[in-house]
Amino acid sequence: MEKLAPQAIIDSFSKKLGDGFINGLVYEREIAVKKNKFRSLWIDVKKSAFHDAVEHICQLQEYPHLAIISSSDLGADVELIYHFTIYYGEHLQELSLGLRVKLPKNDLSIPTITDLIPGAIFTERETQEMMGVDVVGIPDTRRLFLPEDFPEGVYPWRKDEKGPPPDMLRVLPGREPK
Amino acid sequence: MTVEEKKKATYTIPVGPIHPALKEPIRLALTVDGEEIVDTDVFAGQVHRGIEWIGMNRNNAIQTIYLAERICGICNICHPFAYILAVEQAAGITPPPRADYIRAIIAEMERIHSHLLWAGVAAHEIGFDTIFYLAWRVREEIMDLIEYVTGNRITKAMFQIGGVRRDITEDQFPRIRQSLDYYKSIFDQLRRVFLEDKTIQMRTRNVGILKKEDALKLLTCGPSGRASGVPKDVRQDQPYAAYADFDVKAITPDILTGTVVGDVYDRIIVRLLEVKQSIEIIEQCLEKMPDGPILEQPKTAVLLKTLAKAEGEGVGRAEAPRGEVIHYVRLEAGRETLATWKVRAPTYVNLMSVPTILKGMQIADVPITFASLDPCMSCTNRTLVTDRGVGRKFVMDYEELHRLSVEKTKELSQ
Repeated sequence: MEKLAPQAIIDSFSKKLGDGFINGLVYEREIAVKKNKFRSLWIDVKKSAFHDAVEHICQLQEYPHLAIISSSDLGADVELIYHFTIYYGEHLQELSLGLRVKLPKNDLSIPTITDLIPGAIFTERETQEMMGVDVVGIPDTRRLFLPEDFPEGVYPWRKDEKGPPPDMLRVLPGREPK
Repeated sequence: MTVEEKKKATYTIPVGPIHPALKEPIRLALTVDGEEIVDTDVFAGQVHRGIEWIGMNRNNAIQTIYLAERICGICNICHPFAYILAVEQAAGITPPPRADYIRAIIAEMERIHSHLLWAGVAAHEIGFDTIFYLAWRVREEIMDLIEYVTGNRITKAMFQIGGVRRDITEDQFPRIRQSLDYYKSIFDQLRRVFLEDKTIQMRTRNVGILKKEDALKLLTCGPSGRASGVPKDVRQDQPYAAYADFDVKAITPDILTGTVVGDVYDRIIVRLLEVKQSIEIIEQCLEKMPDGPILEQPKTAVLLKTLAKAEGEGVGRAEAPRGEVIHYVRLEAGRETLATWKVRAPTYVNLMSVPTILKGMQIADVPITFASLDPCMSCTNRTLVTDRGVGRKFVMDYEELHRLSVEKTKELSQ
């Protein structure tokens, strides 16, 4: 498969997703003595185009590596970033690709991508239990890290009222509770 | 045949939560048909300590470096390494080149000690304790060197955002070279012991096979992935720090044997060759180490202020001994703690391959097969959890499994 330059990748997303594409950004930084480039891409898409975007990544690279899904509570929205890496296997060729999608709090759901990347199952399970994002179509709905007796509807990564209530938190000896 | 169809003929053995191979907790539920493993289910979360939560709610960005260091006792370099790379990207800080080289040196020292530690554990798992003692004795040399350079054997507190906290000076080079020469002198002996020994070959060849396609689908990374022929190594693909100046190549077993099987034996080859590679990288770093400062901003109070004002996000990736560590950090202006912190340790993805590699194996092969991934539970789990679901009488404990494994070695040797 031909390797595209970072800007060409962004253009290909824009072409493929049309209205679903919001924004693309190339980040570059020089490192160490030889000043080789460390490059990463950030691509924002709408939720409706999200699954197509992942499909497009699978076309750029056979078996893209999904490192992790990170999620941030931004108040009104929850932001998920799917951290992919593509073009691995050769010196200095790899690109980190962060696929960003924002979900409004009144509709916290995202389609599963385990149909494209089977190894996404752990991080989808974790996002589900920790952030309260409903992953639609996930083949294994069980919790990953939280115990079975952990209360329903409490999500440790949330910063709103659905986060862990004060009585669940242990205050360090000698400190005041926040 | 699926597990459901065979339900009547099979029996489920829960293994753990005390880890069958390493002294760390995880629970495996093995579905067996006689001696053969049909399916495995992995229950993580036994040592989830909520470290990300602390980083997002209690500590400031500099305190979190030392928290990241405590995610794992063995990989206490790669976690702070990935973390500071992420913060530097988020805050727009560039470390001086000398710091990049020092970072790479200590990261490679960590790799040598971790791989030797693993080699000992793997030998112990098949009941070959002579090699276990040998590997761990040999490992002491690098531990002494780490202590000499950083002042501590573990939790070295070397990292600071925008540099490192301690310099490696010219007069320390001879002592470092002495240790590297020691490893070069015994490398051939290690290779013979681990790769030509009959007992090790019997227990590791064609055991726990992970095919390249499965490794790619299940996102397996690090030496376990490379042993299956996936040439993925962050130091090669997207080099960070001093690795960007060198041509590091991902090591796959076909370099030595010409073929890739993806079994436990291949995982030994990869780790062994990586020890040699690490020695070469440290030598290159010493040779080409640039002069200059080791910190971008030596005043901690000023740095803290910069970080509190910074707004942005960053991804830090580092190749740990077990595979790729990735940290995502988001900083918000006016907020002392991190807005978001997500940690991904290599075992997180490598655990997904456990059902595949255990399938068709015997129960006595579980310890060595599972250990061959070099799993690290503390890295993967981060909240305190007690498992109440496992009654004592169902649990096959470590001693029992280990006894089975040792018996198998004895049987094969007869």
